[in-house]
Amino acid sequence: MVEGTIMSDSKETILNRVKKALGREDDDKTTTFKSAEIKRNYQQKSDLNREEILQQFAERVSEYRAVTEQIIEGELAGKILQICKNEGVEKLVIPPGLETGWTEGLSGSVSILRDEPEPLSKEELNASDAILTGCFLGVAQTGTIVLNAGPGQGRRALTLLPDFHICVVKQEQIVGIFPEAIRSLEETVRESARPVTMISGPSATSDIELNRVEGVHGPRKLHVLIIT
Amino acid sequence: MNKKNTPKLPTFEKSAKSYLDNTQLRRNIGHATQTIRGKRAGVVHELADWEELREAGSRIKAEVMNNLDQYLLQLEASVQKAGGTVHWAADGDEANRIITSLIKEKGETEVVKVKSITTDEIRLNDALKQEGITALETDLAELIIQLAGDEPSHILVPAIHKNRSEIRDLFRKKLNIEELSDEPAHLAEAARLYLRKNFLKAKVGISGGNFAVAETGTVAVVESEGNGRMCTTLPDTLISILGIEKIIPRWQDFEVFMQLLPRSSTAERMNPYNTFWTGTSPGDGPQEFHLVLLDNGRTNVLADETGRQTLHCIRCSACLNVCPVYERTGGHAYHSVYPGPIGAILTPQLRSPNDESAASLPYASTLCGACYEVCPVKINIPEVLVHLRGKVVNHQKKTGGIKQKTNPTHIGMKIMANAFRSRKKYERLQKMGRIGQKLFVKDGTISRLPGELSNWTAIRDLKPVPDQTFREWWRERS
Repeated sequence: MVEGTIMSDSKETILNRVKKALGREDDDKTTTFKSAEIKRNYQQKSDLNREEILQQFAERVSEYRAVTEQIIEGELAGKILQICKNEGVEKLVIPPGLETGWTEGLSGSVSILRDEPEPLSKEELNASDAILTGCFLGVAQTGTIVLNAGPGQGRRALTLLPDFHICVVKQEQIVGIFPEAIRSLEETVRESARPVTMISGPSATSDIELNRVEGVHGPRKLHVLIIT
Repeated sequence: MNKKNTPKLPTFEKSAKSYLDNTQLRRNIGHATQTIRGKRAGVVHELADWEELREAGSRIKAEVMNNLDQYLLQLEASVQKAGGTVHWAADGDEANRIITSLIKEKGETEVVKVKSITTDEIRLNDALKQEGITALETDLAELIIQLAGDEPSHILVPAIHKNRSEIRDLFRKKLNIEELSDEPAHLAEAARLYLRKNFLKAKVGISGGNFAVAETGTVAVVESEGNGRMCTTLPDTLISILGIEKIIPRWQDFEVFMQLLPRSSTAERMNPYNTFWTGTSPGDGPQEFHLVLLDNGRTNVLADETGRQTLHCIRCSACLNVCPVYERTGGHAYHSVYPGPIGAILTPQLRSPNDESAASLPYASTLCGACYEVCPVKINIPEVLVHLRGKVVNHQKKTGGIKQKTNPTHIGMKIMANAFRSRKKYERLQKMGRIGQKLFVKDGTISRLPGELSNWTAIRDLKPVPDQTFREWWRERS
């Protein structure tokens, strides 16, 4: 294990350099932190009311050139069918745990690709037309959708390879500002260590003369359905 | 920095002159920096608590630096607990060796890469190439740079110095596309098609990272195009390399940094994609995760109490976009992967004090302070610039021998320092100056001085010592 010895050497080296840089002794075995006072006197919660938060979310998601619609739950299945027809979606991917009612209207006209019991291959995902998911959270202030690989969202590749993402957000899932979202995610990260993906509009680049172009590698189209 | 095989680089002063003559470059950079500057001001203005967020960001980073050894150990333990492996690299060569051997273990000769300045810093792509491994850059701008065999010129938008027709010509030639317009959307589409097939077959992905959370082991990549998601999600093995300063203590701290970074960087409320992963997740993404922690001179920066704040940098590039010097010279004049004001303080601290090119960087500033004002983590760049100028001079005096000791600038400064020590001496020097300047004052200013002093007047006029100072006037009256 020559390799292993070399590596642990560098760990020693770096830690000793750090200690020296901070003016501590080499044999300083302290494990307590010299914790500075972090004042968190920035805004912790949105001061908008529920209705304003909903409207801000819809507005700001749209500003990223995503399509946003507000509908009631009873219209959802019909709406999804209509979107699939309008956008020419023939192969729709759905993640495990998606509410069954959402895809009720699709049988016959759209073929549904399920990621269970066997996961879909990368090629199958790449050849599909769209992915339909729910979400963990929406953030109004930034127009962001948060996925935490929970039920109805699936693993990360599902929302990445298909070119079109249809995302259903329930009104009660929308929080006001970013700190609220980060706090809600504590459990996801600490307890289950699941990955978190935040999506703010479709994939974009500004690399050429700072002109914004939608769609480089991620889904080029994002359609957000807000259930009110 | 790699000391071996590094050609001697020119100083900033020398390079800046030639870049200033490149009008195309100046136009491209000027347009870009002005656009982002305006957008940034708009989105920052939206947040009433911006100053509180900056203060919190600055304090959190200071906390990390004051306890860096503890946080590094905590991060290592958290990543291991979450199923990842941690490697320690004292310098760039070691990091390159670690990454090369990890790829070789998998028997791969091609890897996909997310834009990472850290890997540019250690010249990872060159090191891999020497070992027969091709690293494909997947960020649009980095791909452009790679295809052109060019160097990045901006932290956020590395190909900012190239315009659309230059990029079209490059894609036509290198990607073998005959029919291609110079519409940015068409150019992006060409890159999408070219890279998609590589994403699907890649077995190993390489990334940098914006943050690593000590408490949970979570690594974050903040991006726009989705290539970051591709590289960190699709391959079987993911290797991420982060400088040791990229740590934040707690998950909660993202509520600060995820507000500060996008608004300062791309000038958006939020950039399109953020990916946060904690080790490995069964059935989701790479099943093997390696985290390489890189020092490569960072502990030298940590050792300097004034310079230490340089390590707070979250690589947003806001300071580049407001800098009057960067706006005119562009990034290449800095001869470093870190250009602009942050580069002017980071590069000299990372490199050896004998590196003349790096030692010229603290002078690439007018000390106007615009960079400090926009910095989301409140790095006092002008303070560090002045501090580093002092270090440069002291180093020259120490190592420069007799030539440096008799350097007229140093002698002049010594006389000035002495004169400023007492009022009597100062007033005596004023009197001498008043007599001495008589030959050179023309129309109320001094535009030309002789000999060594001409260095000062070559680029600016000097105000003469007045016929009567305020103190003399006051004494006369009382």
